[in-house]
Amino acid sequence: MIRDITIGQYYPADSLLHRLDPRVKLLGTLVFIVSLFIADSWLGYVLAAAFLALMIRLSNVPLKFMLRGLKAVMILLLISVGFNIFLTDGEHVLLEFWIIKITWEGVKQALFMGTRLIFLIMGSSLMTLTTTPNQLTDGLETGLGFLKKIHVPIHEIAMMMSIALRFIPILIEETDKIMKAQMARGADFETGGLIQKAKALVPILVPLFISSFRRATDLAMAMEARCYNGGDRTKMKPLKYETRDYITYVVFAIYLALMILVGRL
Amino acid sequence: MIELKNINYTYGGGTTQQIHALKDVSLQIPDGQFIGLIGHTGSGKSTLIQHLNGLVKATSGDILYNGQSIYAEGFSMKGLRSKVGLVFQYPEHQLFETDVFTDVCFGPKNLGLDAEEIRARAREALDLVGLDESYDKVSPFELSGGQKRRVAIAGVLAMKPDVLILDEPTAGLDPKGRDEILDQVAKLHRERGITVVLVSHSMEDVAKYVDRIIVMNHGQVAFDGVPKEVFRHYQELETMGLAAPQVTYIVQALRAKGFPIGEDITTVEEAKAAILQVVGGKR
Repeated sequence: MIRDITIGQYYPADSLLHRLDPRVKLLGTLVFIVSLFIADSWLGYVLAAAFLALMIRLSNVPLKFMLRGLKAVMILLLISVGFNIFLTDGEHVLLEFWIIKITWEGVKQALFMGTRLIFLIMGSSLMTLTTTPNQLTDGLETGLGFLKKIHVPIHEIAMMMSIALRFIPILIEETDKIMKAQMARGADFETGGLIQKAKALVPILVPLFISSFRRATDLAMAMEARCYNGGDRTKMKPLKYETRDYITYVVFAIYLALMILVGRL
Repeated sequence: MIELKNINYTYGGGTTQQIHALKDVSLQIPDGQFIGLIGHTGSGKSTLIQHLNGLVKATSGDILYNGQSIYAEGFSMKGLRSKVGLVFQYPEHQLFETDVFTDVCFGPKNLGLDAEEIRARAREALDLVGLDESYDKVSPFELSGGQKRRVAIAGVLAMKPDVLILDEPTAGLDPKGRDEILDQVAKLHRERGITVVLVSHSMEDVAKYVDRIIVMNHGQVAFDGVPKEVFRHYQELETMGLAAPQVTYIVQALRAKGFPIGEDITTVEEAKAAILQVVGGKR
């Protein structure tokens, strides 16, 4: 089940999108998300869909892989669509039954909302699928470097982020191991009611907490032993813009301009 | 008696990196044997032992416990796990209760025994690993590494298994802690007659205790026999990233130089006796 969540996962491949500077991808994703909220007509969504399709095409990530990520957020999607259908008031009533009232405006709103959410998730997962966690934090650190001037500890935040991301697979593996160890002692995670199931998690959660703290102190010690103190560090591979990065910025600018134009129509 | 019939296990199916962890493994583990399971990291030994109590299901093949297939419908996995006790690597990482005694009670409690029996079993298991009443109310997290490990082993022993499997029980312990744990396991085997499977990558550890050694390599059983027989293949063992006990090398070197020493020597004591005999028996 945990493996189904593709948000935040990296898909190793060689493509234009994979080679782009992470700063471009971060800003591009932001632009794309903003554009989704500007769009409020069919034409806008068609344009956004075309742009997203082009990006997916360029990324060499199989569409199947992207759709699998949507499965994980299906419930969230259904809830927001459901709320929009049933709770939007409007003039053109399509169906009225007891306390349920479905209006044309509601259906339209729900469709827009659903598409917006799907695009949003696909757009942002496209970024993480084509960018390694390390590149991502590198991009954040350099991209937001200007905040250092107002004493925001960007380097430390980026370091925390990359450590957190690095530890996810380790913790999943650890959970699996502890679960097996407790199952070997006769623990049962499947049967019983909700309360019983929640109680059955204690023998997993306590060791998991303890081991995360142990790992954290070990890591902190190892970092200190190598004289890590945050601060000004140089990079072995500093991020550098290439021609393709500038071109991509221009493409995104044109896309955003088009979206604003379409929204004005 | 546990019987493995042509067990195959592959994982990562569907992706490009499919791994064949076990290849056609067939084994018999008779009651009361003390077995050393040896292999290099990634040889499939940990995967193999997780099959024995049904934590991992084989891709193909069958496992019989006392003649019954554990994959048959209606077979109680919980029952199997109480009979085949598995102590994982670094078992102290699975401790979670507020005191030692309650933690050891976790296993028998899961078996649905009555309170009286649970307490009796926990006490007995703690005695077996050499922890007396004074430890009962201590938090497991305040104990030393070796003591924690003994608590964790007691947690499995409290289920009164017929077969005890220990995955690298001595990893990360000092020589004293290592000897204590192994001596206790050997004592259990001697006094209770339970079957013991000791997983290790150190020949030195197991040579002293076991009746039989199974060597795993690349997911297959490479050698299976009494220690003397297996150590005779010390050159092949080396190509698998393993080594025979150091004393084997001394004996082989002496034989190569023409000293008439028997080649079936696996422990330091045997070597000492043999060498003394050759050089004249004076001490």
